[in-house]
Amino acid sequence: MSGVRVLVGTKKGAFVLTSDGKRAKWDINGPHFGGWEMYHVKGSPADPNRLYASQSTGWFGQQMQRSSDGGKTWEAVGNKFEYDGVTGTHQWYDGTPHPWEFKRVWHLEPSLTDPDVVYAGVEDAALFRTEDGGSTWQELPGLRNHGSGPTWAPGAGGLCLHTILIDPTNHDRIYIAISSAGAFRSDDGAKSWRPINQGLRSQYIPDPAAEVGHCVHRIAMHASRPNVLFMQKHWDVMRSDDAGESWREVSGNLPTDFGFVIDVNTHEPETIYVVPIKSDSEHYPPDGKLRVYRSRTGGDEWEPLTKGLPQTDCYVNVLRDAMSVDSLEPCGVYFGTSGGQVYASADAGDSWVPIVRDLPPVLSVEVQTLPRRGD
Amino acid sequence: MTSRRNVIRVVLPQHLQTLARVGSEVALEVTGPATLGSLLDALEERYPVLRGTVRDHTTQKRRAFVRFFACEEDMSHESSDTPLPAAVISGAEPFLIVGALAGG
Repeated sequence: MSGVRVLVGTKKGAFVLTSDGKRAKWDINGPHFGGWEMYHVKGSPADPNRLYASQSTGWFGQQMQRSSDGGKTWEAVGNKFEYDGVTGTHQWYDGTPHPWEFKRVWHLEPSLTDPDVVYAGVEDAALFRTEDGGSTWQELPGLRNHGSGPTWAPGAGGLCLHTILIDPTNHDRIYIAISSAGAFRSDDGAKSWRPINQGLRSQYIPDPAAEVGHCVHRIAMHASRPNVLFMQKHWDVMRSDDAGESWREVSGNLPTDFGFVIDVNTHEPETIYVVPIKSDSEHYPPDGKLRVYRSRTGGDEWEPLTKGLPQTDCYVNVLRDAMSVDSLEPCGVYFGTSGGQVYASADAGDSWVPIVRDLPPVLSVEVQTLPRRGD
Repeated sequence: MTSRRNVIRVVLPQHLQTLARVGSEVALEVTGPATLGSLLDALEERYPVLRGTVRDHTTQKRRAFVRFFACEEDMSHESSDTPLPAAVISGAEPFLIVGALAGG
């Protein structure tokens, strides 16, 4: 029987949650790396037992961990992330130049075909890659040096490269997103890049329609339609039907179009999920009601999903890497909160249950669908 | 300063204990002049996973939130060629690597 493994990164360690295909009973394993911030844990599509985990603290810096047995055991691998060449400056919050400094790895994106190849999105924003299972990491400097780098400015969480999407039909086409620079695309395997932000509007930059400077929070893609992208921006939910060449707003009837996560149903490429969050400073759900919103029309028309989710006095946040979907039927949807809950829906969002309630604040949630439980 | 082989006791903070999979104190053999720099070299040689955690990979500068204490003195701002105190070299006193106290 098939199974599901949920990889949860929190502010104080990582957890591995497993279940069979019914997704009703869960085993909780962890904390791994207790006390460390685990920004992201993700498995290789080419070898589901190969996992990578980004581990850091402000005190002792970045570590990278690798597992070859699905998270049962781990080994530390290379943690040297050195920018290529002279780094120069980006903009600080007040617009003044600020030196580029490596702080941490936000997001890991393993290759679709080679378990030893992984992309890493880091703060201050840059893209790195390993080709030896994490032992060494090399910057892909074409992104940072494509021209607009000196104008990039950090979002509230830092100048972070947080989203990496590889086109499953053309592995040379890669999308990334940076807060607060925007979305970028490479068509030559990450050698060269260009911004793809036409149609985005952001009132918090001098030119609301500028080519770069947008605080993109997340981009999602369905594997069967890699030219269709969905974006949760700082404000606005956006959609592109031409691989990011142009975007249009699809926020529709959402109670607020601010949020962090966005994801696509595995079996229905026009069914997408967001969690609206009140902003600019509150960063908790409107009216104290935790609601996932689902659109079955690729945006514009949204329905609240509330069954099993707290509808009173709920003031948690759901961060950008903290939603994922499985590939079972019906599609399972998972998200984690700043309150330490990981919620799961085994019916495409119709109803929800907490897998676990009292973890440290959740930073990331990734899901692996396995041939058998625990494999 | 001494150039003989010394065994120096180093107390690690909790995060680095778990990372290196050791207890609170490790004993390091330092060959040659026993300085702040040679001690950190020995630590990283013995426990490669600690490279980059106490000082920067490239610049070798102490990370901002890490402190060095020995014999009730703060050695955080000493240069890497500063000799370790005699009591640390003899093993009577440990060298302490401490995470600066801060929230979180």
